[in-house]
This record gives sequence, structure tokens and C-alpha cells, in this order.
Amino acid sequence: MDGKDAMTQSQQVGLTTESRPVAEEKWIDFRIWRQESADRPGGFEEFRIPYRKGANVISCLMEIQRNPVNSAGKPTTPVTWDAACLEEVCGSCAMNINGRVRMACSALVDKLEWPITLEPMRKFPMVRDLAVDRSRMFESLKRVKAWIELDGTYNIGPGPRQSQGEQAQRYVLSTCITCGSCLEACPQVTQDNDFMGAAPISQARLFNLHPTGAMHADDRLRGLMGPGGIQDCGKAQNCVQVCPKEIPLTTSIAAMNRDVTRLVLKDLFFKDKESAAVGGPA
Amino acid sequence: MAEPRFTVVGGGLAGLMTVIKLCEAGQKVDLLSIVPVKRSHSVCAQGGINGAVNTKGEGDHPDIHVKDTLKGGDFLAEQTSVRGMCYAAPGIIYLLDRMGVPFNRTPEGLLDFRRFGGTLHHRTAFAGATTGQQLLYALDEQVRRYEAAGQVDKYEYWEWLGMVKDESGRVVGSVAMDLRTMEIRSLPAEAVMLATGGPGIVFGRSTNSIINTGTAAGRAYIEGAIYANGEFIQVHPTSIPGEDKLRLMSESVRGEGGRVWVPRKKGDTREPLSIPESERWYFLEEKYPKYKNLVPRDVATREIFHVCRELGMGIGGRDGVYLDVTHIPAATLDAKIKGVMEIYEKFVGDDPRHHPMIIFPGMHYSMGGLYVTFEPGPNLEPLPGSPRNQATNLPGLFASGEADYAYHGANRLGANSLLSCIYGGMIGGPAMLSYARNSSRSSTAVPGKVFEDAKKQWSERFAQIDRMNGAENPYVLARELGEVMTENVTVVRRNDRLRKTLEKLDELKDRWSRINVLDHGHSNNRPLSFVNQLWNMFALGEVITRGALLRDESRGAHYKPEFQLPEPKTKDPNQDPEWMRLWKERHQKWAKTTIARWTPRGSEITYEDIPTPVLDPEPRWYA
Repeated sequence: MDGKDAMTQSQQVGLTTESRPVAEEKWIDFRIWRQESADRPGGFEEFRIPYRKGANVISCLMEIQRNPVNSAGKPTTPVTWDAACLEEVCGSCAMNINGRVRMACSALVDKLEWPITLEPMRKFPMVRDLAVDRSRMFESLKRVKAWIELDGTYNIGPGPRQSQGEQAQRYVLSTCITCGSCLEACPQVTQDNDFMGAAPISQARLFNLHPTGAMHADDRLRGLMGPGGIQDCGKAQNCVQVCPKEIPLTTSIAAMNRDVTRLVLKDLFFKDKESAAVGGPA
Repeated sequence: MAEPRFTVVGGGLAGLMTVIKLCEAGQKVDLLSIVPVKRSHSVCAQGGINGAVNTKGEGDHPDIHVKDTLKGGDFLAEQTSVRGMCYAAPGIIYLLDRMGVPFNRTPEGLLDFRRFGGTLHHRTAFAGATTGQQLLYALDEQVRRYEAAGQVDKYEYWEWLGMVKDESGRVVGSVAMDLRTMEIRSLPAEAVMLATGGPGIVFGRSTNSIINTGTAAGRAYIEGAIYANGEFIQVHPTSIPGEDKLRLMSESVRGEGGRVWVPRKKGDTREPLSIPESERWYFLEEKYPKYKNLVPRDVATREIFHVCRELGMGIGGRDGVYLDVTHIPAATLDAKIKGVMEIYEKFVGDDPRHHPMIIFPGMHYSMGGLYVTFEPGPNLEPLPGSPRNQATNLPGLFASGEADYAYHGANRLGANSLLSCIYGGMIGGPAMLSYARNSSRSSTAVPGKVFEDAKKQWSERFAQIDRMNGAENPYVLARELGEVMTENVTVVRRNDRLRKTLEKLDELKDRWSRINVLDHGHSNNRPLSFVNQLWNMFALGEVITRGALLRDESRGAHYKPEFQLPEPKTKDPNQDPEWMRLWKERHQKWAKTTIARWTPRGSEITYEDIPTPVLDPEPRWYA
């Protein structure tokens, strides 16, 4: 590649009022799900957006904000969708794009089939258009106690030493952005059941792998038991395939399954006092 | 009677740390955030958090951190708060370590530290290149713990609209809107913390999240809070331009050995890796042999800008220089900066491990913000628990994080922002509590009518916006605002262009009154909220621009070629007495905090002297 070609990556520069390329009469067609609220009927609305090199689904939705007119030339409302960071780290903009759940910010139009179909995630309650309510995921984080039981925020020196290997193992788990893709892709998750899905199971593992977190590992494992817990996993393994952060979700589920089984057996054979004697929670 | 509560606005690091401190003291907190707190913009910080832990045998010390920070900010920062922050930094890093942040480790299992800009020490603790994400999650988890225990009520997807003041002018609560149901509600509070981040979206495309409109700070300013040092806007040297935003390429890329260069021959079209070493111009290393690629951000940004715009030596003759890590083993890059490698790969399409990245500066951070005070203690740090810490000029209103003006002066050093956010919350929470304890009357004893009237005023305002049926599109106005701000009020500033920008802002405000609200829905009506935000964005745009226009000098990120001091005749400027005389004269005139007060005609700007009890100013020189 020569230098000129290299530069085509970067024709849109940051600190200029760039003249926008209008010469090419190229358009992208979009089919976008519109629904005012959960209790109103929804349907697709079509849009025709001027093509720009480097555009992603978000920049196209922004274009609709600036010119909210559909393909039939009829004025309409701007599309509602959730977004914040636009670099795949806030977890806001997960949606179904051409039938597959993914983050809209990293969905570059040049890499998608046209027309581009945008639909909300279907495993979460509808909010409006492409926005859904993912609060069940945050509730699950409470259920599995996805935190360290901190004594206080005082300056009492460093935490426990950890090896580089332990750090690497935990780091990848800690990059979960709570986007909901793993729940959306999971055949066991539905809007009217309670299955927590892969994300919180993997978060329980993240904290159980920490030397301090491990002191309360059984509390988290108990959070994984019961209705909607880890035993509802059907091992379809869709979660790991759609995770935008490539988190080893099925490995986490397997590890937590093993630990939960061990705890169930321990609970079965030992009374509380004895369980404390073999190193269980006091 | 209702129970006394505190309000914290903003779910980033500063807000969450404030909440934790209040909860730890047994208080009840309402936490407002326009997005689920786990999606706040702190999540985007990449490189790390500074603290002079000195584990590398370099003799690092908090005093050196203080000096680097104050000098990096060209002596415009509030000195006691900087000292307090730098001394607290090692303890803050340890605290985060105890919270379970997966910081990178040394072979001995200790925290690892990397180099960052504006210092010669390994002082930056990091979790890959997604440190902000891990830090935000750690605090989010602790707040969730308090939420599960019933001490925190989260108002997510709620937007802070303005203050509620009692008859004496004290802030006794807020008015907020549920962005889902559009319900407007008054929330009484013993004190209110604005930890609402920066105003990146005033510049249209920036490295910021699209939620960073600065609307809350803008509104607080309109309602009487002082906005300080607004003109100091950091343009990050290394971002990748995109249609929807400018994506940050962390300073840690250079901290881990990344080199910035262009071909020595103008218009060289060869593939970058085929260009031999001798034909590459590592312009930062050449000009700054001590700091090399790790000069402070404003310096690196100006050099890149100069190479591209004035010398025309950008790649392919355009805006862009190489940021090269291809000499570093891919495994090392993946262990330390995988997060940013992936961003480049996903959004540009090239693998930066094997192909030099092309980057250009992008608007990144506001050093300025809401004016706050600190009460100096005997050790020249903010006195612990003083109600004056992080306090705005309005009693009962506090500010911290990027929303406050204090810690970074004229230029922020990389990896100091996560630190200032957490420290601001750490002293801000206790300050709110002390303030409440010293108040003669709790917000729960304020007559209900005060809150009802405030709510009514906002309901009427939104009813009015809902009726706006003109021809102007609010998002088009926002884009025009961003374009003019980016063009004229970022790296290079000229007075004629700044004046034109103020005229443009007047034009935009005029056109605002002819906006079409686009959506009359009764739930999740985003344009309705955005039209209101836009007005507040104009207010901040005006403060930033007028501050820049009136400050006839160059300092940190504020660069005016028309008022630039000449180059000193000696390599060390201290050896050139004539230059030192010019510098002192300039410094005496301009080493002052810009104080902006809102008036219906625009900002009224005055200057306030900066006490220097911690460190005497000296020329800021990195060559």
C-alpha cells in the first residue's frame, strides 16, 4: 500500500470543518424498527442515507436526527437508540443488525450487507424504537454480589499480591460491558423468565478468582443457585459467539457449574458448623 | 417529616466516589445519571492513574508528582488541591487494588507502573489500556453494594435540569426529568454534587462520549455558579478521526514505546515500513531529547499540528502522522495496550501491531469548569472534612471531576484525570456532609412550595419547547456549533476568528428560538431534552470562546501565535535574562484564574490571583 492509500483511512480529519464528500451519489438503505412504546404496535420504517466512507450504524442514525425524513419523503421522528462512548466500551448500543446482535458503533456500513436492518434486542422489554430496558442485568449483579466486601475506603495499604497469570485471567472477565448480547443470543433467556444469562455468571467468577473476593465465594455461588440461576443454562454456547469483548463465557459457566455442584454437595453432607471447620463461610 | 438526603449528579468516578463517602458516613443518597452509571464516560479512560508509589527505584515522590502537575498546568492549577491529590494518590491506587481492579502486575505480583506524558518517572498504574473501565466498574460495584443495602436510590435515565434555591439563595435541591416517562420532579437535598463531566460535545466530534454535552455545568453557570478557566481545552495529540467521533489512541501507546514520525521527504508515498530509519523524521524525539514522545499533550499536539498544517509534511500531504508500535513484540502490546490496539483494528481496519497507525489531534478534555474552593490545612493540603472543599460559590452546590476547574490548570497531564475525579469525590463527599451539619435548616424543613414552584417552572419550560415548531433542526445547529468551535477554538487561536465565533454563537442562539422540536411523544422524547441541553451548550461555548479571546497570551493548551513570547536565546531559558524578564512580566499579568459570571448579555469575565504556597512558578520548558 502506498502512502496515499494509507491516508484514505483518515480522510475525515478531526480538527477541520471538512468539506463533506457530496460528489458520490451513493445511498444506503436502512430498515429500522419503530415502536413508540411496549404497548403500541411496531413496524419497520425505511430510510435512505447518503453514503460516507467510514460510516457506521451510529453515524447513519445521527444523519437521520439531522434530517428526519423517511424513504417515502415523509417527515418522521428521529430514531431512539441508546449510545454513549461509540468505541465499544460503554455497552449501550447493542441491537440486532441484519439479524445478529452486535454493537452499533463498531458496525461499519462497508462491512454490512445492504439494505441494513436494525431491530431492538428482543429479550428485553421494549422502551422505544431500538432502545430496550436492560435493568434485569444490573439486578443479577446484585444477586451474585458482584463486588468485593470492602472494609472501607481508608488508606490501609495495598491489596493482596497477585501473579501476572491471575491478573490476565481476571482482566478479560472484567471487560464485560453489560451490553446484553449474551442474553439476546441465549435460547434459554426469554422476556418472561428469570434466567440470568452468561454475563452475571462470569462476573461471579471474576470476583471468586480474587484473593479477597474468594473469602465470600460461597455467597456468590449461592446467588447462582435457585430459579433463574446457572442450572437453567442449556449449553447452547451462543453467548460466547456473540460476545463483543470475546470473554470466555462458556469457560466461566463451566467453572461456576463445577463450584456450585461442589457447594451443593458440601451443603448436603455437612452441617453449618462442620462446613466452617473445613474452610467454608463462617 | 422526610428523611434528609443528599443528591449526587453524575455516575462517573467523581460522582460514585462521592456517593461511597456519603454512604460510608451513614447517609442516604439519590444518584442521578442520564445513563446507567456503568456506562458513564469515565469508562473511556484508557491509559491509567498516576501515583508516586515509587516501585521502580527511581526516587519518585509525591512532591515530584506535585511539581510535574503544577508545571504541566503552567501554574494555573489550584495548588493546595493538587498537593492533596498527589499525596493521596498512592493510597487511592491501593484502595482500588483492594476493590479488585485487575491492575497489571510485576513478576513479583506487585502493581506495575508505566511511563506517561509530562513526567520522567514510571508513575501510572494501569489495567491493560482500559483502566477507566476497570476503575469505574470497581466504584460501580461498591455503590451497588450500598444500593442493595438501601442507602442509595439510583435515578438512571434521569437528567438534572437545575437547582432549587430557598429564599436565602441556598441550594436545597434539584429539579430533574425522567428521560423515559418525561416526568419532572423536585428532589430536596441537604447538598448537591455536580459530577457531570466535561463539555466535549460542544466541539461536535471529540474523544468524548455523546452524552458529554456539559449541559448541567452550563445550566449551573446560567443559574449563578462561577465557571473558571473555560478557555483551557485539551486537544489530545493522538486520536483516529471518524464520522461520528474521534476515537482516542491512549498516551499509553507512547508510554509503552510508541514513536511518532513522518517521512523526511515531503509527499513520500512509500509504504511506511519500507522507509528506512534514516529517512524518518521522529520530530518529537529530535526536538525534546529528554521527554521525547512523552512531552505534555499540548506540546505534542502543537508539534503534530505544525508538521501537518504549516510544514505540509503530514502523511500523503494531509492531516495525519504515524504513531508506530510495530517495533514492539505483539505479545507485549497485547499484555499492556490490547484495548486500544483493538479499537484501531475495529474502526480503521489495519492491525497496528504490523502497520503504523495514522493519528491526528482531537478535542479531549476541559481543564476549566465550575469554580470551587478548598480550605488549606496546615500541611498545605485541603483540610479533611472542611465544608469549603469542592464547594462552588453557591452555598449547597458542590462540583468535582472534569466538571470542576481546579486540578489541571492550563493543561492536564495524562493519567491525572482519573486521580482528580476520585480525589474530588473523596474530599467532596465529606465536605457536603460537614456543610449539611453546619446548616441552620435541613432541606426537609424548607416549605414545599419552594420545590413545587421550581418544578412548575421547568414543566412550563418544557411545555414551551414542546410547542417549538420552527424550521431549524436542533441537531444541525449542534453540528454547526461543533464545527465552528473545533475550527476556531482548539489548537491555534486568533482573535479575529474568536470574534467571528462569538458572532456565530449569537446567530445560533437566535436560530435556536426557531427550532422544530421534531418529536411530540410523551415518553423517551430525546429531542425534547436535547433542545434544552443545546441552549446550555451555547452558554459554555460562549464562555470558552470569550475566555480565549480575552486571554492575550499563550499558556498550556491555550496557544495564540500573535501573543507568543520569542524563543529564548539559550537552551535553558533561565540563562537568558532578557527572556526571563519578558516571561516574568507576562506571568505576572496572566497567571490568573479566569472567572466567568453569566449575564443575559453574555459572560462577564474577571481574573483572580492564584496563591502559590506550594510551588513558585517557573518557566515551563521541556526541550
